[in-house]
Amino acid sequence: MSDALSTGSGQPAKAPSLAMLRTLGLVAALSGFFVVLAYQVTKPMIAENQRIAIERALFIVVPGAVSRRDFVLTAERIVPAAVEETNDGTRLYAGYDGDGRLVGIALEAAAQGYQDVIRVLYGYDPACRCIRGIEVLKMAETPGIGDKIAKDPAFKQNFAALDVGLDAAGNALANPIVAVRHGSKTEPWQVDAIAGATISSKAVARMLNDSAAATLPSLSRHLDRLQQVPVEVR
Amino acid sequence: MSHLPSQEEKVSLDTFLRGLWEENPVFVMLLGMCPVLAVSNSAINALAMGLATTFVLVASSTLVSLLRRMIPKQVRIATYIVIIATFVTMVDYTIQAISLDLYNALGAFIQLIVVNCVILGRAEAYASKQRLLPTLVNGLGMGAGFTFALLCLGSVREILGAGSLFGLALFGEDFQPWVVMILPPGGFFVLGSWLLLFAWLRRWRARRLPAQQGATAHGT
Repeated sequence: MSDALSTGSGQPAKAPSLAMLRTLGLVAALSGFFVVLAYQVTKPMIAENQRIAIERALFIVVPGAVSRRDFVLTAERIVPAAVEETNDGTRLYAGYDGDGRLVGIALEAAAQGYQDVIRVLYGYDPACRCIRGIEVLKMAETPGIGDKIAKDPAFKQNFAALDVGLDAAGNALANPIVAVRHGSKTEPWQVDAIAGATISSKAVARMLNDSAAATLPSLSRHLDRLQQVPVEVR
Repeated sequence: MSHLPSQEEKVSLDTFLRGLWEENPVFVMLLGMCPVLAVSNSAINALAMGLATTFVLVASSTLVSLLRRMIPKQVRIATYIVIIATFVTMVDYTIQAISLDLYNALGAFIQLIVVNCVILGRAEAYASKQRLLPTLVNGLGMGAGFTFALLCLGSVREILGAGSLFGLALFGEDFQPWVVMILPPGGFFVLGSWLLLFAWLRRWRARRLPAQQGATAHGT
């Protein structure tokens, strides 16, 4: 024990505190400069990419839309999305046709999938009180199995007119959206699951149900607020 | 400050080529296996990951080499990690700015470049002991070797598992993709096959070289 100590201290190993502070301080300052630089340079490009991704999905899930406006839905009202970011309330993307008529509203929904959170954009059509389409924004489902939720035509057919009508009081969905075994869909509010990808299919049904149940009651009360909006060229 | 053994080397073509072949980080040193297996499921993901890693490798090696006389050895690993993390964050923003689809496909593995042992290994074993020029050349070579290896895996897995290369369909409608190849087990199968090929090539070369020259020209 003492032997090991004495051999170890044969060379006085005094930690050069000042040098450590100086080097770490310098490196941290450089690091901060570079990170802020990269953030500032790429910020507008990233925002532009996100806008393109949302619009690409929006014009798919809201058929007939050619322009959009963003709104924020809170418990009491709908307000146009301010220029600055707000975190309270749900963001809505209202789609308008060439004449400026409201054709649908796109909303984001998310739920835990098989591997990671799945995020989708879905289009709500107030005329038929149904979902008109979904588009997966982000997922990490198994290639060839769970990722069929994004492409499988038979699965996407579920959302051509998925019933999300409200109950008589207008406070909840008349029928909850549920995923059913592949091939056993009988009602317009059921989602026919993909055989072999039950977890991913159920996640999609669950997120649509949760999001629709949370937003549609207050959305339908304030729907006229969206229709009065003048067209704005995107 | 730090008295590391000085074994500065002259820059030659070998400084660059070593990373590609003789000391290939994937096929020979078997370093950084995590991104190699995880994001080599398509050629474009593999290429993007390889280029991102190369940029971080070259940039961090450069900074480590420039600061090598200033970094006390007690805090060298912390310093390297901060430097590497900085460049990884820059790459992260840059990929988001280039393409969100690519960013989503690569997922968490961009951030995980921070702990890629190829990069930390280069900083510790090479950049901290060498002048700027050899560090740059060696870093580029290692990055090229890593990208090459990822592309080798990515293209084979994409061709077998999706019937396409860089997203272009290679076969007709009748092709039934071998989906297991783009799943994690496929990564191990393809990596194993490439390692087998590389080991065989190296043995074949080692047998040929003494026969031709009477001695090995390189010592590792």
